[in-house]
Amino acid sequence: MSTTDITNGTVSDRGTTIARIVFFACALVTVLTTFGIILVLVTGSIPFFRNVSLVEFLTGTEWSPIIRPRSYGILPLVWGTLLIVVGSAAIALPVGVLTAIYLSEYANSRVRRIVKPTLEILAGVPTIVYGFFAISFITPQIQRFYPDTGTFNALSGAIVVGIMIIPMVSSLSEDAMSAVPDELRNAGYGLGATKFEVSTAIVLPAAISGILASFVLAISRAIGETMAVTLAAGMQPNITLNVFEEIQTMTAYMVQVGISDVSVGSVGYQSLFAVGLVLFVMTLAMNVLSQYVRLRYREVYE
Amino acid sequence: MSTDPIEGFVGGENLRRKRLYGRIFVGICILSSLVGILALVVLIADLVYEAWGWLTLDFLTYPPSRFPENYLPGGRGAGIYPALIGSIFLIVLTAIFTVFLGVGAAIYLEEYAPDNRITRFIEANIANLAGVPSIVYGLLGLAIFVRAVGLGSSLLAGALTLTLLILPIVIVAAQEAIRAVPDSRRQAAYGVGATKWEVTRDIVLPAAIPGIMTGTILSLSRAIGETAPILMVGAATSMFVPPDSLSSPFAAMPMQIFDWARLPQAEFQHIAAAGSIVLLTVLLLMNATAILIRNKYDVK
Repeated sequence: MSTTDITNGTVSDRGTTIARIVFFACALVTVLTTFGIILVLVTGSIPFFRNVSLVEFLTGTEWSPIIRPRSYGILPLVWGTLLIVVGSAAIALPVGVLTAIYLSEYANSRVRRIVKPTLEILAGVPTIVYGFFAISFITPQIQRFYPDTGTFNALSGAIVVGIMIIPMVSSLSEDAMSAVPDELRNAGYGLGATKFEVSTAIVLPAAISGILASFVLAISRAIGETMAVTLAAGMQPNITLNVFEEIQTMTAYMVQVGISDVSVGSVGYQSLFAVGLVLFVMTLAMNVLSQYVRLRYREVYE
Repeated sequence: MSTDPIEGFVGGENLRRKRLYGRIFVGICILSSLVGILALVVLIADLVYEAWGWLTLDFLTYPPSRFPENYLPGGRGAGIYPALIGSIFLIVLTAIFTVFLGVGAAIYLEEYAPDNRITRFIEANIANLAGVPSIVYGLLGLAIFVRAVGLGSSLLAGALTLTLLILPIVIVAAQEAIRAVPDSRRQAAYGVGATKWEVTRDIVLPAAIPGIMTGTILSLSRAIGETAPILMVGAATSMFVPPDSLSSPFAAMPMQIFDWARLPQAEFQHIAAAGSIVLLTVLLLMNATAILIRNKYDVK
């Protein structure tokens, strides 16, 4: 609690007691949501793992739970997701950090007033619109240079997800850099450092915990990204290094089941929860990692 | 600058070269900053170019059609109407649920919660929930609201799913608004004998409302563009009438755009673009409202 409570919890009238209970119930909804998610994913996956062994699920290299011959190896979906993550990170992490350095260290207030709202708008564009942008603009551009590229391809998905997560990296990294006290910069200048040296050798290392945390969160977002990769990268589970081929991410598979008439209780329906569980565990691990990074590498200035 | 960063600073014989590096570096930084802006400009230009001639007033007032020519001016009329209305219903319902739950939870955490483990757990949990992919919320909605509670693929199930999705962001925004209420006002109220509930109701809430509304509208504008959760819950793709009750099936704009975008005929790409522009316009209107409220009540 951040505010004064002069009653100190000792005096309690009926209105306050009721309010306390009602408001606590509201807060409890968030806890129930987490338990609900875990419960749904675990209990939904149990029937799946009665039919499919955990070893086959985690090590199999063929994924075809709906079409015969059926096989249940999740690796092609995980591979598809990783391909998108690596590709989008290769775009968004450097671009995001360099944007953050520019905004925090170089740009004057007029430039900031233009660039920052633009990035906020970019962050607010729905993912379905990004997906449409990928198939209507990015893919045709790729096809211009590589005519063999399919309508659906991993590269287009990676590029569009990369664009989507730039604002996340740049805004969180900029917050971290802005929090670096000016005394450190001035100390650098006092020693004769150039602005470039102050930015890269003082501000960047001092803000590294926030920057790394933004990387991890952006990657987590790319893992969970759904509509843009479904539209751009396709629905063909595929372990390939060829980014011009169609792939399928874990999320795209879930969409595929979601829009098809898979009957409740079938292995296809059950697999939805098993894949969802893997997705949830991966993003949760990234979120925990980002919090750890922020605390572990934080430089405290007092 | 290998071990000690200061080492590289002293000595001016390389100054000219360092200045050059500096200028190149700034150039790269500026180029990077332009990537985001350029992407947004190209995206909007692409949407406008694709939708040109297809986005008519009829597009807003007619149900979708399987025949692309119906969408064209002079055609029989086809558009996004049921999905537009469906999305608005969805957002209004979501707004009602999230305002109640989000503000309640925020008041509890800021005004009532004791500083103990349970409270810290709730706060950490909210931070984690914000990082859960939206499609996982879709699975939650499917298993709980659609199946276990038996709501079916209804408007209510969709709204409840979106509520849980944006609740963490609404709570954090509401917490900030409540925290911004000066403590002196609470103390003054306590000083004249107000109870804690009276302080909450008469002092904290009225002062925090503009901030809460801004945060809520911004969160809702995220919810209106979400596709994956309502797709898992089972939003319809070919609805010809808007939903007429909480339990009726519903279409929503992002789902409708997805449906158009994956149709093979090239004409439907134009229609998907037109739908995207309608969705972005609604989003823009919501954000503008939020900013207006913020500017009107922004007292330092």
